[in-house]
Amino acid sequence: MKNSSPETQESAVTFENMNGAYKLSVLKSMLRIRMVEEEIAKRYPQGKMRCPTHLSVGQECVPAVIGTLLSESDLAVSTHRAHAHYLAKGGDLKAMLAEIYGKQSGCCKGRGGSMHLIDEKVGFKGSTAIVGNTIPIGVGLALSQKLRGKNDITVVFLGDGAIEEGVFYEAANFAVVKKLPVLFVCENNLYSVYSPLKVRQPQGRKICDIASTIGLHSQEGDGNIVAETHRVLTTAIDVCRQGQSATFVELHTYRWREHCGPHYDNDIGYRSEAEFLAWKERDPIELYKTQLYKAKILDAEKLQVMIRQLETEIQDAFQFAETSPYPPSEQAYSPVFAQGVNINIAEVANG
Amino acid sequence: MAKMNILQAVNNALHIAMEDNEKVMVFGEDVGHFGGVFRATSNLQEKFGRDRVFNTPLVEQGIIGFANGLASQGSVPVAEIQFGDYIFPAFDQIVNETAKFRYRSGGQFSVGSLTIRTPYGGGIAGGHYHSQSPEAFFAHCPGIKIVIPRNPYQAKGLLLASIRDDNPVLFMEPKRLYRASVGEVPEEDYQLPLGKAEVVKEGSDITLLAWGAQMEIIEKAAEMAEKDGVSSEIIDLRSIQPWDADTICQSVEKTGRLLINHEAPLTGGFAAEVAATVQERCFLNLESPIARVCGLDTPYPLAHEKEYMPDHLKTYEAIMRTMHF
Repeated sequence: MKNSSPETQESAVTFENMNGAYKLSVLKSMLRIRMVEEEIAKRYPQGKMRCPTHLSVGQECVPAVIGTLLSESDLAVSTHRAHAHYLAKGGDLKAMLAEIYGKQSGCCKGRGGSMHLIDEKVGFKGSTAIVGNTIPIGVGLALSQKLRGKNDITVVFLGDGAIEEGVFYEAANFAVVKKLPVLFVCENNLYSVYSPLKVRQPQGRKICDIASTIGLHSQEGDGNIVAETHRVLTTAIDVCRQGQSATFVELHTYRWREHCGPHYDNDIGYRSEAEFLAWKERDPIELYKTQLYKAKILDAEKLQVMIRQLETEIQDAFQFAETSPYPPSEQAYSPVFAQGVNINIAEVANG
Repeated sequence: MAKMNILQAVNNALHIAMEDNEKVMVFGEDVGHFGGVFRATSNLQEKFGRDRVFNTPLVEQGIIGFANGLASQGSVPVAEIQFGDYIFPAFDQIVNETAKFRYRSGGQFSVGSLTIRTPYGGGIAGGHYHSQSPEAFFAHCPGIKIVIPRNPYQAKGLLLASIRDDNPVLFMEPKRLYRASVGEVPEEDYQLPLGKAEVVKEGSDITLLAWGAQMEIIEKAAEMAEKDGVSSEIIDLRSIQPWDADTICQSVEKTGRLLINHEAPLTGGFAAEVAATVQERCFLNLESPIARVCGLDTPYPLAHEKEYMPDHLKTYEAIMRTMHF
């Protein structure tokens, strides 16, 4: 792990000191994300989920851990691959699935779909399919928090690709100038669609070093290891909450399935089966389960109970999403503007 | 009442808005101590402090991105883009985020408290990147209002209404008239309606429609045509989105003729949208084709600024062509 701000001390709360119930809650959160995503992948070919969908299978550790470290009044913004972030921030599984199905009961009333989740109730202020677009918005959210003088923070989830967008530098620069309580969580999964990191960024230059050069408190870590992810994130969140600095973490991980859609795509040639299998060996859930077994926190029965609870919850949520009604056609123009605004388009279209 | 130019009227409106509501914030490039390159934000930082009035880095998409975040949390940001030509780096944030938040959140929240102020337009020998009129780009984007005042009285009343409107507003200020247009402005707080055109002068033969700095151009052309016996009805559109089709169509039903003048290039300009709607709604009232007198379809030129501009002479000629169709 790298810590580019030597004056910052490690958090006093270490993962090792956390109790068994906490450690099991992290496992449950990871399993929940995995099982939801796998169920989406299974049902996707039925053609009822009609929006482009980006799954987080293989990347469960970072969202599951950070979800346990944020409070309700903290805010988060995310990317096209947002399901895990939404669920980790306390999002409603039923509302998320209904949104992916385009239903009125979705968190955005079916207006957005998988890539465009918003849920103000849990401080999830939006994910967007324009890579990098939520970065300055998140910085604006952090400015509003700082002006209110509370200890809340904003988490900006981004990937390795977003680092290449100019707006990352622009927003990070401003966050450093203003010492804003923003935490950039970069899940480096090595790929932007079909382009590996090595053809997009110079080899040998680290993303966390770019962040550090901009002036962010910056660390990196293994995003498939719960204890390490926990350590990196607790330090970052402490620095952020205390108002010392805007912070950045780069956590290394790997997406198992295709960029967009339910399938595996190791056969199409932009990455190798061997690389995938090597990462699969480092499945964050299996690694964590092994650790919990060894520590005698987890046993087969506890695991089975956990899985059965999650299966029931997930099946109920899919049932809810599939049986919810679509938004009525007469609401197609609503709500573009605040009520009372005359929309000429509607008049013309209605003749 | 006090005599003010447009800059003073804008500054006065900002002072009133900030006094009236402590959530109002003003930020952008150089808006702080020196009050911006045109001094529209003079003395705001001194009076309201650096938390509410501050300079940003050179980061237009950031300015709007930060403003989106702030507005979604209840602040009332008045963000300045130093020149309308610099708005394009922020185009993505405005079109993809500002304008969409209310709709895409299913009405959970919006960034409707955001107002974006920007000086637009030519006639100041500014060349390619200090002269453009980008209103039509944003008119193609449902979810944002566009407002353009023609004089100090309009500027103050429309800006106060824009800041307080529950929708994001792009407020475009005619920089050619910033100091040139001087008029009586009430010192107290007042608002003018958004989405409402204003019939500036009634007439019977032809309707002349413009907005912002082009209003004085069509007024001058109308005076010339008046000497030839042509009675012009002059309308200031004021809001480009949503635009007041009813007032324009009522006028065209009376006059039977319409000329639209704007400084932006002809092709794809907002005149095209107005013309399409008016021919649809007033087809049987029209005595002649709808005329458009607009900027040339070229990048905004320096040496050819005179040729580029849809001036009063081009407008007068188009009035006479329309009258004798």
